[in-house]
Amino acid sequence: MELFSTESKKIVTDPLNVNNPISLQVLGICSALAVTIRVDQAIIMTFAVIFVLCSSNVAISLLKDHIPSRVRIVIMLAIIAGLVSFVDEVLKAYLYDMSKQLSVFVGLIVTNCIIMGRAEAFAIKHGPSKAFLDGLGNGLGYGMMIILVSFFRELFGAGTITLPNGGAGYVLFSIERDVEWLINAGYENIGLLVLSPGAFFILGLVIWVQREIAGLEEEE
Amino acid sequence: MGLEHYLSIFTKAVFIENMVLAYFLGLCSFLAISKKIDASIGIGMAVVVVLTVTTPINWFIYEYLLDKGALSWINPENPELANIIANIDLSFLKLIVFIAVIAAAVQLIEMFLERFSQALYNGLGIFLPLIAVNCSILGGSMFMVEREYSLSETLVYGFGSGVGFLLAILALASVRYRLRYSNIPPRLRGVGMAMILTGLLSMAFMAFSGIDL
Repeated sequence: MELFSTESKKIVTDPLNVNNPISLQVLGICSALAVTIRVDQAIIMTFAVIFVLCSSNVAISLLKDHIPSRVRIVIMLAIIAGLVSFVDEVLKAYLYDMSKQLSVFVGLIVTNCIIMGRAEAFAIKHGPSKAFLDGLGNGLGYGMMIILVSFFRELFGAGTITLPNGGAGYVLFSIERDVEWLINAGYENIGLLVLSPGAFFILGLVIWVQREIAGLEEEE
Repeated sequence: MGLEHYLSIFTKAVFIENMVLAYFLGLCSFLAISKKIDASIGIGMAVVVVLTVTTPINWFIYEYLLDKGALSWINPENPELANIIANIDLSFLKLIVFIAVIAAAVQLIEMFLERFSQALYNGLGIFLPLIAVNCSILGGSMFMVEREYSLSETLVYGFGSGVGFLLAILALASVRYRLRYSNIPPRLRGVGMAMILTGLLSMAFMAFSGIDL
C-alpha cells in the first residue's frame, strides 16, 4: 500500500468528519467529558490517546495471526493496559501536576471504547501501516472534538484559554486580563459550563453541529 | 466510625458523586443501552453486582500486594530482606491487575449465574461481558485507591456507585421513552439529544451537592 495514496488519506480523514469517533461512532465519550474543563488538559489527553491508539493498533495488527479469536479481548486488554501504564508513568515523571489534575482519567484510557473499538473493528483485520493510519485518524478525530468542547467550556465558563506548559499551563487569553471593558460592562462567566452539566450540553450541541456538517443522522 | 459515616459514603456515591452524572464514567454503555427501559434495568443491575464484587477484591489486592510496603506481611527472618520487601512499590501495576481482576470476576459471575440462577442469567447474562470494559467499574477501583477507603468503606462505596448508575440509566431511559414521538431536529436525534437530557439530569442531581455530609 502506498503511504500517500487516496486510500490512506481516506483512512486518516474519514474519522475527522463523516466517521468521527465521538459524534458518529459514539466511542470514548467518558474521558471526552471529564478532561475538557481546560484546553491544556484536553491537548495532553489527546496526545496520550493518539499515542496509545496508534501503538495498540499497530501491536494488535502485527499479532493478529497469532491471537486466538476466543481470547482476543483479554489479549487486547493486556496490550492496551500495558501501553496506558507506560503513558501514566511518563506523565507522572515529566508532567506531575498535570497527571494529578487528570487523576484517574489517564488510567481510564484502558477502558476507553475508542481503543478497544478500533482494535476490534479495524486493527485485527488490516496490516500494520493501515492500522497506524487508522489510529492516527481516530485519535485526531477524538482530539478535535474534545479540544473544541474544552475551548467553549473554558472560554465561557472560566473566561480563559490555557495552553499546556508544565502543570499550571500558560494562559494565552483571559477575558479578565485582556478585555477589561467587557468586565466593566458587567460581563460574567457562565459558571455552569465548568460543572458537569455544562459538559453534557456543549458536547450535545457540538455533536448536533458536527452531524449537520457531515450530513448524517442516526437510525432509531 | 458509626453507621452515619457509611450512610454518608453511600449517599455521596449515589447522589452527589454519581458515577455517570458527575464523573462521566460508563457513558458509552449508558448512552447505547438507555434506548430501552428493560435493557437498562438489566445493565444497571449487572453494574451493581459487578461493582460490589470487584471493588473489595481489588482492595485486598492493592492493600496486600501492590501498595508501597504492602508486602510486609511476608515478614522474613532476615532484617535486610524485610527492609527490601517493605520498600517494594508495585502500584504502577494496578491498571493491568485491576482490569484482569475485573475481566475474571465478570467471567466468574457469569458462570455462577448460569449454574445457579437461570432466571437471573437470562436477565443479566448478555450484559455482563459488555460491562467488563465499562469505565465505571475500573473507575470504582481507581477512586477507591485514590481516596484511601478502608475495606468496609470500599464495600459501601462500590454498592452505592452501582446504585447511582442504575438510578441514572433508568431515569434517562424513561425520559427517552417519553420523547420517542416528540419533534426533535433529525440530526439532534439519538446521541445529541441523549447528551442534552443527561445534562439536565446532571443539573437536577447537582441540587444534592449542597447537602453537607
